[in-house]
Amino acid sequence: MSTPAVAAQPPRETYINTDWSLRSWLLTIDHKRIAWLYLISISGFFVLGGFFALLIRLELLTPAGDLVSPDTYNRLFTQHGVIMIFLFLIPSIPAVLGNFLIPIQIGAIDVAFPKLNLASWYIYSLGGLFIVIALATGGVDTGWTFYTPLSSTYANSQVMWVAVGVFIVGFSSILTGLNFLVTIHTMRHKDMTWGRLPLFVWASYATSLINVLGTPVVAITILLVGVERMFGLAIFDPALGGDPVLFQHLFWFYSHPAVYIMILPAFGVISELMAGFSRKRIFGYNFIAASSVGIAVLGFIVWAHHLFTTGLSVYAATVFSALTMLIAVPTAVKIINWTTTMYQGSVSWDTPMLYALGFLGLFLVGGLTGVMLATLGIDIHVHDTYFVVAHFHYVMVGGAIMGFLGGLHYWWPKMTGRMYPETFSKLSALLVFAGFNLTFFPQFILGYLGMPRRYHAYPEEFQVLNIFSSAGASILGVGYLLPGLYFAYSLVFGEKAGRNPWGTVGLEWQIPSPPPPHNFVEGEEIVVTDAYDYEHDLIRDDLDRRVGPPRDAREVPVG
Amino acid sequence: MLEFIDKYLPGFLDNLPLLPPQASTVAGDVDLLTLVWTLISFAVGTLIVVVMIYLAVRYRRRAVNEVGGAEVHAPMVEIVSMLIPFIISMGMFVWGTKVFVDLKRPPADAVEYFAFGKQWMWKFQHPNGLREINNFTIPVDTPIKVTMTSEDVIHSFFIPAFRVKQDVVPGRYTTVWFEATQTGQFRQLCAEYCGSEHSLMGGIVTVLEQDEYQAWLNGEQFERTTTPSSSGEQLFTSLACSTCHLSGDSNRGPALHGLPGSEVQLASGETVIADDAYLRESILEPRAKLRQGYVPLMPTFEGQVSEEQLHDLIAFIKTIEPESSSREGSVQVAESNQTPGVSNAGGGGR
Repeated sequence: MSTPAVAAQPPRETYINTDWSLRSWLLTIDHKRIAWLYLISISGFFVLGGFFALLIRLELLTPAGDLVSPDTYNRLFTQHGVIMIFLFLIPSIPAVLGNFLIPIQIGAIDVAFPKLNLASWYIYSLGGLFIVIALATGGVDTGWTFYTPLSSTYANSQVMWVAVGVFIVGFSSILTGLNFLVTIHTMRHKDMTWGRLPLFVWASYATSLINVLGTPVVAITILLVGVERMFGLAIFDPALGGDPVLFQHLFWFYSHPAVYIMILPAFGVISELMAGFSRKRIFGYNFIAASSVGIAVLGFIVWAHHLFTTGLSVYAATVFSALTMLIAVPTAVKIINWTTTMYQGSVSWDTPMLYALGFLGLFLVGGLTGVMLATLGIDIHVHDTYFVVAHFHYVMVGGAIMGFLGGLHYWWPKMTGRMYPETFSKLSALLVFAGFNLTFFPQFILGYLGMPRRYHAYPEEFQVLNIFSSAGASILGVGYLLPGLYFAYSLVFGEKAGRNPWGTVGLEWQIPSPPPPHNFVEGEEIVVTDAYDYEHDLIRDDLDRRVGPPRDAREVPVG
Repeated sequence: MLEFIDKYLPGFLDNLPLLPPQASTVAGDVDLLTLVWTLISFAVGTLIVVVMIYLAVRYRRRAVNEVGGAEVHAPMVEIVSMLIPFIISMGMFVWGTKVFVDLKRPPADAVEYFAFGKQWMWKFQHPNGLREINNFTIPVDTPIKVTMTSEDVIHSFFIPAFRVKQDVVPGRYTTVWFEATQTGQFRQLCAEYCGSEHSLMGGIVTVLEQDEYQAWLNGEQFERTTTPSSSGEQLFTSLACSTCHLSGDSNRGPALHGLPGSEVQLASGETVIADDAYLRESILEPRAKLRQGYVPLMPTFEGQVSEEQLHDLIAFIKTIEPESSSREGSVQVAESNQTPGVSNAGGGGR
């Protein structure tokens, strides 16, 4: 640093204190501020979706459907799914961490289209508003999958409001994806070659590809449901001559890749965490980068594994089963490479790393049960049971949310300039891990025993396992509540984080925390190294400064 | 496995069962497949977690300024981490597909039943026409094939104890088959979300000894029912199908004798097999697959016949005897031999 940080100096201008007015936040085109707009919105929806989950688990404590009415229960699980998937998980890592980090990590001052970036948030909010209106005016009870003809001709709830909301939110994903693709292609620092990109950028790149290619299909599908509902055009309704299974093909053609929209960014975060908290070049950089793209491509040709019980022909089922199982290969590559990265590393057990290790364990279970589900002989029995519910929560919650929380804990000091209390954050990581397993592991057994999903009341023999599950959910809830509290606390009372609190490599750690409005301090050169290059003098000096001789004595200008 | 657990942990399964009863011919195969997959998963998962914990402890950070060692290149690790999951999953794919084909292909001698799903009940029909609602009584050790359709939304026919599941889709026929190996009562559930009372849309499958089943079928408690084909014959007349489709000297509609299962040349140039789905579609939407050499005269019967009536009509069409007898303008209805004790309303001419 050419300007030594001294407490007496006037406060440095950051992207936060540059203008505090509400107007400046709502009209900002700064990618870092837009990340905050998203963080606040998705956190609100996460709380709402979590509240629905809480009521679901309460209802399922007893076999009889005694807490809420069947129609209310059906609304609860539908709204839980719609909110968590479309309004929380899909935007979570890309729109919050991606927005904040991608420009910084590639050495750019913003995304390629900053105004479009802000427009994406408004489009997201508009879509969210439609869904909130639907909830306020009676809710929706078709299941988040909107299967026809239940959703087109039989449902009396606010299907159209939700459908239009999801349709609009889709455009937000498409535009954000497009923005990231163009940014990564055109805005990289001159020294930031493709082979030097942090793996988080690679994962975001793959995600953006799926967003741009896949989301239009679900938009069209939802449009078709709307046209059928409103004008009686025969597309999916058999009474009119349509085909209800066609809807499932179209829906899953997007919604299976959407699973990767949710999990790939988490893969990117985990790559950063495993390398950063092992202070070591990630094992098999090329393989991890390529496997992200490989998963994105394969993800487009496996959708019919959601249709094995619909009467899909034996030949089609066989092909889709084999293709699905192939995804085990790039996924295994990732898990092995992440694990091996710790070999000869310097492994710290800071909170983000606890989340990363937790992710590995949970995602492993989610992945392995995914391959089991792809096995035709097993899928027929467990399809549409709690086995599937457990599997995708292991991937979506154990994977995507653990990744999101890990990333948030890692970059929080960069985003806010403050540290959060370490003990509480470690406690929350442990609570989330333990609560999660207690909630969802029993559901594998429940599913194999034959408890179908979306059941308001259930046969008595399933009660013991359901009680385990509900008990776990309460622990999980506390685990999720804690970060909300200590993050808020840290904003005011947290220790100052400094430029590079974790001692990790990456352009974002070469700039002050929180970053200045245009990311990089004018006049200061940044040094683009290979990703995770812990042998570089830059990081060695940086770390040595923390021990040994006083900081001033060895002050070396960066760059 | 069940016996094993029961032997060493008596009472455990009563409170915390791990498997549903194994009550069909395929249940053991599905369970074995699942068990092997679970063991492989446990082995792989445990190995990775143990390695992970070992590395995290062995290489834990000892000084704040410590960094990791140089980059490790080990292409063998990459190759192995691709090859092993590839080999295991392809092996399991082959095995799983074999089990699936067994689940999908009913034996030739399977007895045919019919089921309708509707919000929120199941209706079952026995070969002799006997109907049950939310109760399905079947004989043990007999392969049973159920053809199903829905009258409203998609449902899914699921018997955990038999390890079978098949979606029931409006507008088309789907089939499921199983052979019960144990007598007793088992749950039959709806597995596809179908609206308000989805979780209550279940029934009981009662498996009886074969002779008990026959006695039950002939029991006093049931009124004499007509077979599907005889109900279908009455419909065939009352809907005036017979006008065009029976008389030999009419060219208005194709004769139906010997049609089911045969190859049909369409006006579009395609050929299709006249299966149940084709017959159903041709009744509801005659123009969809028009037969070569005929003009589209027939009106649509969409909305005029219920799914149950359609099933009856098709059952009747299957019993119409080939050409020779039709020239005389009469129809012989084949004797139903699956259910002795219930006589068939034989085919009279008209």
